[in-house]
Amino acid sequence: MKRRQFIQAASAGALLASTAGCASIVGKARPQVVVVGGGYGGATAARYVRMWSEGTIDVTLIEPDAGFISCALSNLVLGGSRGIADLSLSYDALASKHGVRIVRDTVTAIDADKRTLALAGGHTLSYDRLIVSPGVEFMWDQLPGMLKSGAREAVLHAWKAGAQTVALRAQLEAMPDGGVFAMTIPPAPYRCPPGPYERASQIAFYFSRFKPKSKLLILDANDDVVSKGPLFKKVWKERYGGIIEYRPSFRTADIDAGTRTAVSELGDRVRADVLNVIPPQRAGAIAVQSGLANANGRWCGVDFLSFESTQAKNIHVLGDAIQVSPLMPKSAHMANQHAKVCAAAVVDLLNGRAPDPHPMLTNTCYSFVSDTDVIHVASVHAYNAEQKTLLVVSGSGGVSTGPSALEGRYAMNWARNIWADTLGA
Amino acid sequence: MLLKILTVAGLSLAAAHAGATTISPGARLAANCAACHGTNGDTKNTANFATLPALAGQPRENLAASLRAFKSGTRPSTIMTQIAKGYTDEQIELLAAFFAAQKKATP
Repeated sequence: MKRRQFIQAASAGALLASTAGCASIVGKARPQVVVVGGGYGGATAARYVRMWSEGTIDVTLIEPDAGFISCALSNLVLGGSRGIADLSLSYDALASKHGVRIVRDTVTAIDADKRTLALAGGHTLSYDRLIVSPGVEFMWDQLPGMLKSGAREAVLHAWKAGAQTVALRAQLEAMPDGGVFAMTIPPAPYRCPPGPYERASQIAFYFSRFKPKSKLLILDANDDVVSKGPLFKKVWKERYGGIIEYRPSFRTADIDAGTRTAVSELGDRVRADVLNVIPPQRAGAIAVQSGLANANGRWCGVDFLSFESTQAKNIHVLGDAIQVSPLMPKSAHMANQHAKVCAAAVVDLLNGRAPDPHPMLTNTCYSFVSDTDVIHVASVHAYNAEQKTLLVVSGSGGVSTGPSALEGRYAMNWARNIWADTLGA
Repeated sequence: MLLKILTVAGLSLAAAHAGATTISPGARLAANCAACHGTNGDTKNTANFATLPALAGQPRENLAASLRAFKSGTRPSTIMTQIAKGYTDEQIELLAAFFAAQKKATP
């Protein structure tokens, strides 16, 4: 409420100052920023453009979903220690506290020359700067069996938190003790590098408590665990030894949803009672359709000083959809950090200034290996002007020495604070 | 001359009010910390998870001393040693000054 009054006062002040000092400013439209996608990247960008422009830039956020459901922590729903309601949050504060205009719709086309975008609902919006944070799209065509009718209702991904997460939990609950759960992991890069291994740990935790005769097969297209490998493998051996079997280099080429069978490129077939397929991924559909995904047609190249697209002027891309810099994970934390460098650059550019030439980012990914115990990986990234990319600062970063309940409390603290930071609550 | 100065001052005032907002180097850098420590250091905690003190409003020298101790490793931690090593001493001073100047809104 206080902030709103301040914004109104600031706007009135701007009008008065303009009238008195420089008549040409009167009648000039306020800068318009449109943000596509209300995940960790887009919501943070919307909030920070409003905050850092002190309300002088109008921000519209286009998001098809009514509320925000956090992917981070969603593996705990599968493990049974949290419910989906614990991860479901509101967009209301972005509007009520920060003056973001929220439009519940889907973008169908972007016209970079005219600086407009079309919405499924029929409206067209103009922008001075566009921020596209579309997340990932699943490449089902790489798993032909998943294109068949009913396949995607029977074999779940649960890699976008929500109804799929709840449905996969229900499949786990319905599975008899002594059953086999199998999960497939796509080749990196994909959303959330440690996420599949955290998921395996969570489901093994559930089996260890309630279905101890059950087995969990990890079918990983990668040649080794992609993130926190030694830590995860130690946990699996020490805590879930009779339950988890890890199979590296299992490149899933097809899925038979009817028999819940994963088929590798080499023709190996693994049948399970519950099969969870994490499919190969690329930038969200709107980024691919509008030509922004200029790295192998999958990911969006950006200038790391501003996150402006290397393909189209006045369009910025954030989060999982970008072609990453070396050792940059596709994580919620990173998307939140991209958004701030981008928001600062957008405010700078709309005020006629060059963006900060020395942006920095941090990353922290916590993974739960039980209901309480957690391991982390962290890094600090700084812009390197010669290489024009973000590089890990030498000597920074690292992983946990081992799982701990203290890091479990830090992880929940992280969730509370990044949610408030992202959603402006 | 006087008129010229007044005109320039008037224009820059108008520009400032019309949206030439600046973002301080400290604010940009401190945004890196918000995911764990809250927006502008206004850390959210609950009784069950009161694990981190708010950074906002802490004395500048205390914040800088903590960050230097994390960086050198003399203060043990799970994660801050790894993070603090990513920042120069000058950046640590900027962060400390920024957080010291913020107000804590969350009780």
